[in-house]
Amino acid sequence: MIELAFWVLALIMVGAAIAVVLLRNIFRAALLLVLCFFTVAGIYITLNADFLAAVQVLIYAGAIGILLIFAIMLTRNLPEGNPFNRFKVKAFVISLLVLATMIGVIVGTDWGGISSNPQAVEMPVDESTTSYVAAALFDQDKGFVLPFEIASVLLLAALIGAVVLVRDRDRR
Amino acid sequence: MHLGIEHYLILSAVMFSIGLYGALAKRNAVAILMCIEIMLNAVNIAMIAFSRYVVPDVVLLTGHVFAIFVMTVAAAEAAVGLAIIISIYRSRQSVDVEQADSMKG
Repeated sequence: MIELAFWVLALIMVGAAIAVVLLRNIFRAALLLVLCFFTVAGIYITLNADFLAAVQVLIYAGAIGILLIFAIMLTRNLPEGNPFNRFKVKAFVISLLVLATMIGVIVGTDWGGISSNPQAVEMPVDESTTSYVAAALFDQDKGFVLPFEIASVLLLAALIGAVVLVRDRDRR
Repeated sequence: MHLGIEHYLILSAVMFSIGLYGALAKRNAVAILMCIEIMLNAVNIAMIAFSRYVVPDVVLLTGHVFAIFVMTVAAAEAAVGLAIIISIYRSRQSVDVEQADSMKG
């Protein structure tokens, strides 16, 4: 059952990602990117990461998808759509080399007991990971409290930076 | 056959390569940003797969924590990146990255 879910989600995901790269209509590419984000959330569920699946739908499929579609509508003047640049062939060769290297390393590595870990291979357990993620994030000794605070400052800086960048300077 | 960690890692590698190809070969700046988001998602899949397979009991979820930080940075990056693209579009009436070369030496 979970194998079937994985293969269906993986096929839709890779197909949508290839369509994002190849489609000439950038608006359709953005909609397919949102589909791709949804299938990534499904893959998280097969990995027993329910909290992250919810976050993926909210942040990626929701917020970033809307933001990208807004940007496409605000910058819509390209009559040629979404063309390739002059590195089309070179970039393809480089990406293929990167893919071949990564797959070679993944297949060549001896994963030992990790890959067939019986606890990991069985169906997702019937327990939410939310409290465990919170424990991992905010633990007193081994937690990530300072990076969490830095991330909030980063988000504030990004918010102010985005407002400053798109502000209409003439009408002040 | 059961799903091993290789399945998820190869899926992640395929997604990363598709995103890399798009980021290198596209002319529209928004399309490049979309392909960078695909690459970040591929990295997140790999990290959550490692978190699931290496530490299968749900106690130590460092991979999940890293994925949350990647999502935070991706959201900030998308907001600032799209603001820069809209700013470039205002001054040049184009989002073609090959025309935005005024800093080229």
